[in-house]
Amino acid sequence: MATQTHGGAAHGSVKEYIWGLVWSIVLTAIPFALVMSGSLSNGLTLAIILLCAVAQVFVQLVFFLHMNGDSDQMWNTTSGVFIVLIVAIVVLGSIWIMQHLNHNMLMGH
Amino acid sequence: MANSATIVTNPDPIWGKLTLDSIPFHDPIILTTALVVIMVGGGVFGAIMYYGKLRYLWDEWLTSVDHKKIGIMYIIAAFIMLIRGFSDALLMRSQQALAVSESSGVGYLPPEHYDQIFTAHGVIMIFFVAMPLIVGLMNLVVPLQIGARDVAFPFLNSLSFWLFVVGAMLVNASLVVGEFAATGWLAYPPLSGLEYSPWVGVDYWLWALQISGVGTLLSGVNFFVTIIRMRAPGMSLMKMPVFTWTSLCANVLIILAFPILTVTITLLTLDRYIGTNFFTNELGGNQMMYVNLIWAWGHPEVYILILPAFGIFSEVTATFSRKRLFGYTSLVWATACIMFLSFIVWLHHFFTMGAGASVNAFFGIATMVISIPTGVKIFNWLFTMYKGRVTFDSPMWWTCAFLITFTIGGMTGVMLAIPAANFVLHNSLFLVAHFHNVIIGGALFGYFAGLTYWFPKATGFKLNETLGKWSAALWTIGFFLAFMPLYVLGFMGMTRRLNYYDNPVWNHWLLVAGVGALVILVAICVQFYQIFASIRDRKQNLDVTGDPWGGRTLEWATSSPPPFYNFARTPQVVDRDQFQYMKDHDLAFKQPADYSRIHMPKNTWAGIVIAVLSGIMGFAMVWHVWWLAIVSTLAMFGSFIVYTFQKNKDYYVEVDEVKAIENAYYARLKQTSKSDTQGEETETEPGVPLSMPA
Repeated sequence: MATQTHGGAAHGSVKEYIWGLVWSIVLTAIPFALVMSGSLSNGLTLAIILLCAVAQVFVQLVFFLHMNGDSDQMWNTTSGVFIVLIVAIVVLGSIWIMQHLNHNMLMGH
Repeated sequence: MANSATIVTNPDPIWGKLTLDSIPFHDPIILTTALVVIMVGGGVFGAIMYYGKLRYLWDEWLTSVDHKKIGIMYIIAAFIMLIRGFSDALLMRSQQALAVSESSGVGYLPPEHYDQIFTAHGVIMIFFVAMPLIVGLMNLVVPLQIGARDVAFPFLNSLSFWLFVVGAMLVNASLVVGEFAATGWLAYPPLSGLEYSPWVGVDYWLWALQISGVGTLLSGVNFFVTIIRMRAPGMSLMKMPVFTWTSLCANVLIILAFPILTVTITLLTLDRYIGTNFFTNELGGNQMMYVNLIWAWGHPEVYILILPAFGIFSEVTATFSRKRLFGYTSLVWATACIMFLSFIVWLHHFFTMGAGASVNAFFGIATMVISIPTGVKIFNWLFTMYKGRVTFDSPMWWTCAFLITFTIGGMTGVMLAIPAANFVLHNSLFLVAHFHNVIIGGALFGYFAGLTYWFPKATGFKLNETLGKWSAALWTIGFFLAFMPLYVLGFMGMTRRLNYYDNPVWNHWLLVAGVGALVILVAICVQFYQIFASIRDRKQNLDVTGDPWGGRTLEWATSSPPPFYNFARTPQVVDRDQFQYMKDHDLAFKQPADYSRIHMPKNTWAGIVIAVLSGIMGFAMVWHVWWLAIVSTLAMFGSFIVYTFQKNKDYYVEVDEVKAIENAYYARLKQTSKSDTQGEETETEPGVPLSMPA
């Protein structure tokens, strides 16, 4: 309201956006190239795709959503880290649980 | 009910699955209820029209973005839904008291009706009573406690409220048009799948929860931003009042947990509407994934309900013990720990579903660990009272009732957390007794304490104390009578959700539980009478100073009810108990020399219009009326776009108006010859006009 300002979030520079775009293109091109050439084994290809995807998430957060270690970015970054933590807990926990349930309840056997 | 004749398999292009048979004219209970509701509703509407108040209602309430008014509307809606949810409870208690055996009676509710009743009871009590009560209290109190003028996104707040109302209306519509889900409140597939629930009950459940769930998520974002960004200058995080802290943590939980609900419900919707197989038994579907996901939301949800209640008890205990809260820091950290831990315990809701020893052990231990920060809080409250000058006003009655009841509920929770014991207790009435013990004796008593405590702030007069104490006492006695027998029955092997049983030994205990429910009925009646009597006798209970209890935090530093802009000048915070500090240093109740103009949001039609359109969309989806669903969805997005193009969303309150309102308040203060600041000593002269700022 009246007393509030736009909490100091940076809106980035052209240079930042271009770097973000370049990194995104590179990280997207690598998986495509790997799949299309088929030069690596399936397992290795999957692992690299996963790595590129995670890296891409960070690139977008840093270059497009402007998350960094600045003090006025503290809340954005903290919430971001906490969300990643909770998502990891829910996803990994679900995988762990479902593996158990599938094994013990003989799903698919 | 869902007899096969009424199930339409090929929907009509105009009416979808909707036929005249969808309205259960043959069922006297439903028909009578519907007629009463229509008559009461028609009567209220007629009265509004007769007194020409529709314009007032629209301008001052329905389109309001004032957090205080939205809070009051949430609480009124919650009480209306409490009547519905509690009627369901009475039906269940009487059915179980009667349905003893073939020879002496099977009760009066057929299974398919009974199943809808326990489903509706759970859904209504959690989503449409407990949630609006706590979101309503947050609306009422949080901006005042942090010295803000409103929430961060006032329009979103209005939209959240109306989305919740629409969800509640969909549940109520299912009573008259069609049926409600008969699946239990969380609608586990495959029972909730198309194969076993072919008619519209589960669809009502899906759309009611989806729409109100989005509203809750928006509220969560709104209050998180409000608390982080809009605190008065000087109020660092560790100077925030405890209720604000617990609300902050609850809102973090809302932001992180409610998307899981949204996605899970969406997947089930896809299963039912376009034939995907996420949760079926065929084609790689897995219904256990549903259970897993719904509880990954469901467990944080119970902490969303209870954490703000803990905050209320903290405020109440400190105020009525006339001293600082004992161990503020430990209480804040305990809240933060619970916030995190609530995300690593969800499997304890399905220990028996086939996880191995390592998984069960991990989640069992994690669950037991939560009892540690919770226990810390119990000691915080006890030590706050220790050597305090405790006065037993009615909020304190609720608090003491809570301390005893909740401790019992917490301990039975730890029992359930032991996986080995859980294999015996799971799905039994022991579980039912446990969660009612913590939700009634924990969350609900907290909301009632908060309602009594902040009622004068919202309205300008106190609730009747004697009746308040009666209702607290009756609720507590009724609770123990109604739910302690269920613990016993759980040990005796009675499972939950039974429509009929043939073990005569159980009957005595169920009769006691039925009597308990009747005592709670009396308690609720006393509460309604309390509200009525307090409004009738408001001139005897006026709160002229704005500080009726001797409060310690900022919400008491403004008039009751507060002016629509809350604080004429934003307070400078130096102390955790800021208002107590102001009173101790003779800074309270001092009129500032000058004012400046105040920037405020304008009311908007957009919240209620968008929400009503979403309700039409939900109803159309339930009945497969595709054209209406498409039209209302387009209208929904259209009105949102129209709203975003409106430039005229805010205005300034000029100094003269602020001065007039503030002068009136300080004049009233002088008139009552305020003898210091102690609430008990502020006797009001009869006949002081009750002023409601516009």
